[in-house]
Amino acid sequence: MMIKKIVLISFFLCCFFSCSKGVGEEEVYAPISAPLEIPTLFKNLIIAPIIPFNNPQTVEGISLGKKLFFDPILSADNRQSCSSCHDPKFAFTDDKQFSEGIDGRFGNRNSMPLFNLAWNYDEKFFWDGRSNGLQKQALEPVKDPVEMHNTWVNAMESLQNNSEYPELFFAAFGTRKIDSILVTKAIAQFERTLISSNSKFDQYLLGTATLTSSELNGFNVFMDETKGDCFHCHGSDKNPLWTDNSFHNNGLDALITDIGRAKVTGDPTDNGKFKSPSLRNLAFTAPYMHDGRFSTLEEVINHYSEGLKNSPTIDPLMKKVSSGGVQLTTQEKTDLKAFLLSLSDSEFISNPAFQE
Amino acid sequence: MKRSVIIICVLLFCACTKKEIAPTSTVVRINFTHNWDGTSVSNSDFNTIQYTNAFGTNLSIEKLRYLISNISFENQNGKKTIVKAYHLIDVSKEETMSFTTALEIPVDIYKNVSITFGFNITDNIDGEYIDLNSASWNVPGMLGGGYHFMQLEGKFTDATPTDIGYQYHVIRAVDRSGATPSFTETFIEKNLGELAVNPNAEIEIKMNIAEWFKNPTTWDLNTLHSMLMPNYNAQILMNGNGQNVFSLGSVNP
Repeated sequence: MMIKKIVLISFFLCCFFSCSKGVGEEEVYAPISAPLEIPTLFKNLIIAPIIPFNNPQTVEGISLGKKLFFDPILSADNRQSCSSCHDPKFAFTDDKQFSEGIDGRFGNRNSMPLFNLAWNYDEKFFWDGRSNGLQKQALEPVKDPVEMHNTWVNAMESLQNNSEYPELFFAAFGTRKIDSILVTKAIAQFERTLISSNSKFDQYLLGTATLTSSELNGFNVFMDETKGDCFHCHGSDKNPLWTDNSFHNNGLDALITDIGRAKVTGDPTDNGKFKSPSLRNLAFTAPYMHDGRFSTLEEVINHYSEGLKNSPTIDPLMKKVSSGGVQLTTQEKTDLKAFLLSLSDSEFISNPAFQE
Repeated sequence: MKRSVIIICVLLFCACTKKEIAPTSTVVRINFTHNWDGTSVSNSDFNTIQYTNAFGTNLSIEKLRYLISNISFENQNGKKTIVKAYHLIDVSKEETMSFTTALEIPVDIYKNVSITFGFNITDNIDGEYIDLNSASWNVPGMLGGGYHFMQLEGKFTDATPTDIGYQYHVIRAVDRSGATPSFTETFIEKNLGELAVNPNAEIEIKMNIAEWFKNPTTWDLNTLHSMLMPNYNAQILMNGNGQNVFSLGSVNP
């Protein structure tokens, strides 16, 4: 009788544990950590990237972010994704002056390329720095009437009703309840993986490539305060970001119509100031400037050489403004262009991890 | 009897705890302030032409960043406690306007405290400091590499009158007129005088920006406003004018 009792109790206990184990397996939330792989030059030369403590990089988060980035589900008509204006083959910008939204309307700023975003130490995003943080930046295009023209309520509903997303959010964040914060966290995780660090000039600095004499001369024009003097805003061989991520009026207009940074700060002394873009990947990111006014690098170089226009907020670093600029020779312009193109990273735009 | 023992013990305990031992060393917080011949200058004063330099030129300030290193405390016996560190002050960033020593400084009366403006020859190592690289503080290799000591930028009004940008950038002076470049060190070791360091000391180091344009060279921005980094003579003049830019301000407690 006693033995029978023990057997029965053991049977029930086994049943209980086997059942509860099964439920537990379904509910396991164990994202795999996926820290950014910091390129050697970055590790050697600049401080660590910014990863928010409340949004660590994980395999599941990055994968979800990538899916969201390429999925038109976030737009009101299911036709436009982040990648519509941030295409990998153009270093995550597009080839248009202004990008077209779902209603056929156009913005007034050129789509910014996306790479090395985790090294934007001040975390001011967009041309005018109006978003403090990558996640906050990602909130904007969904609800912008000239972009995806959706509401976050609709976007979240679409994702919630989708057959795949709730499980993917659970895997990434431990909840199937989708909200805009988690969406932007995932997108930000993916965007932080977009690291460009393998241009010819990077290889030259690492000792694995040789520059042509034209590229080397162009680098000297870039670094020479009496010639291009590009390094004060765009960094140097000691800063592989090739931008100071700061805001400058670079003399595009005498009469400023788009006030840029001033709209964010409310300070008229910021009129016409826009973020210095990185000079990486220029081979893929035309047209140039915040309003995409220049189609070619030649036009950009000519601007700084003889096209500067004075205005009250023009940056003091813009030299010889009264004569239009630094007056580079034809050869110096050719060399400068050759150097600038050596900062382009073909591996980045073809990286399978970054494709749809 | 028992009660008496307890009372004595309590009294002894209180007597012991009451007598606090004063700390023998302390961290020192250094606050950097800026003025134009005594008138306070902060970020909110930038971008407006409102200052007149010794030459009589009206000018604005749009950017002021500079590097301080190796803060030294020399006691009455001549022994120096040196804070081997550097600090980049950016007047547009409030968080950079003070610096707390990682090293504890003995509480004492010092006959001199000194700072180094910029980097001395030993510390000015090209590409060495990742935070300064990240701040795009480097000097091009063609000028010897290393780091800027100061970037003071703004606009001045010339005779026409037109507002023109100036870039008063201080680096190690390089003379490239010969076959090989020769260098003259332009860092400034500034003695700030006697100082008592008490527990939780806070000291103020003041920069009079007007001095950069004043003494001994009355600076003419009309002729020296741009491309000063490769200008050896300009760097030597800046070094001369920088000698009396810094002074000791308030000391607390």
